[in-house]
Amino acid sequence: MDRPAHPVQRRLLVRPRCPAHRHAGLPVPLLRGLSTAYVEGIRNSPLTLVLLFCGLGLNSALGLSLADSVAWDVFWWAVIGLSAYTACFVSESLRAGINTIPLGQVEAARSLGLTFTQNLRLIVIPQALRTVVGPLGSVLIALTKNTTVASVAGLGVQEASREMKLMFDQGVAPVLPTFVGFAIGFLILTLPMGYFFGWLAKRVAVVR
Amino acid sequence: MTSTPLVVLENVNKHFGDLHVLRDIDLTVNSGEVVVVIGPSGSGKSTLCRTMNRLETIDSGVISLDGQPLPAEGRGLAKLRSDVGMVFQSFNLFAHKTVLQNVTLGPMKVLRQSKADAEARGMELLDRVRIGNQAHKYPAQLSGGQQQRVAIARALAMNPKVILFDEPTSALDPEMVQEVLDVMTDLASEGMTMVVVTHEMGFARRAANRVVFMADGQIVEENTPDEFFTNPRSERAQDFLSKILTH
Repeated sequence: MDRPAHPVQRRLLVRPRCPAHRHAGLPVPLLRGLSTAYVEGIRNSPLTLVLLFCGLGLNSALGLSLADSVAWDVFWWAVIGLSAYTACFVSESLRAGINTIPLGQVEAARSLGLTFTQNLRLIVIPQALRTVVGPLGSVLIALTKNTTVASVAGLGVQEASREMKLMFDQGVAPVLPTFVGFAIGFLILTLPMGYFFGWLAKRVAVVR
Repeated sequence: MTSTPLVVLENVNKHFGDLHVLRDIDLTVNSGEVVVVIGPSGSGKSTLCRTMNRLETIDSGVISLDGQPLPAEGRGLAKLRSDVGMVFQSFNLFAHKTVLQNVTLGPMKVLRQSKADAEARGMELLDRVRIGNQAHKYPAQLSGGQQQRVAIARALAMNPKVILFDEPTSALDPEMVQEVLDVMTDLASEGMTMVVVTHEMGFARRAANRVVFMADGQIVEENTPDEFFTNPRSERAQDFLSKILTH
């Protein structure tokens, strides 16, 4: 029948003109606003800025400390900065996954009498996760490589690229082979990740 | 046949923007009755069907099931929907679950049946729609007609008071239409209360107790199938029938 096309994501998670979203898990406009602001804000900032804010801003300037030793303090601030930054990309991937689910899946679940939360837990999220295994793998690989920023951004975490620079400064290592060595080190970490997520994505794919 | 009113719509109106899709709809579906809704595209018949379990909200009027007005939302609405089965044009089987899991999900999660009970009943229903041997396949491995029969079994598993069919054969290849209509005809003869939006006039003639003809968001005519098809009273219905029955 002729119904005007509704943007699917609006109808999946948001139900306009149903004012009382009291029942657990129903979408709340305030939370949507807050999460949009968070994701758009952090996702569009350079990682260096985010880590600088954690290191120079929160840690040094405001004196917020997470551990007794300096090394562990900056380490945990780097973990927080990288998590805050990566979370945006994870959430964007998940959102994209949710948007791939046909509205009919949700309507079928509703018509069985599943509640909003059951619908999310049993129908929407499982299918969305299966679709975004590949993209989530890319996010994890990006995170692995992004750790190299943690030393330059004022945190001075003892991560790989800083170790490499120290070796150059001390003149103990020939430059080119060392570069290649560190690059191979990253490949050893990230290549298997890529293959694993590629394999997993195929294995759990939802066939429509 | 009893004549207890089961689904009652009173003075229902709905708009999509400027489009007035349902105009002052009054309709009563009695328990055990098979009501077939027909009409031209855009007449509002699908929308009417979807308002009965509130997949579409209405702007004014009252819809009640078994004497209770439909709750607007929340657990009350979920409870109501569990009493109203729905079969969609595009089947909408859960793509990540097997055929049997599709049929047992509602009984286990909504009716809180044990897995063993739900599966026993699920297999019984799948056998009834003649698809028991496919129970452990995924929907994408089945033909359209098979998927739609699973969807009917999924609706039946909830022991609904009424089942809504929203153009159940419109997305099917012609050779698969009959197998779905056969299952529906069986259901009708077993006394299931059904509201069927369809273009299958043969089914309407054979299985319906009443035909409701809609045009431009209004119910133009209601009659027994015999009377409606042989002797339509309204000009709109005569015009519609002349267009579809000539070929």
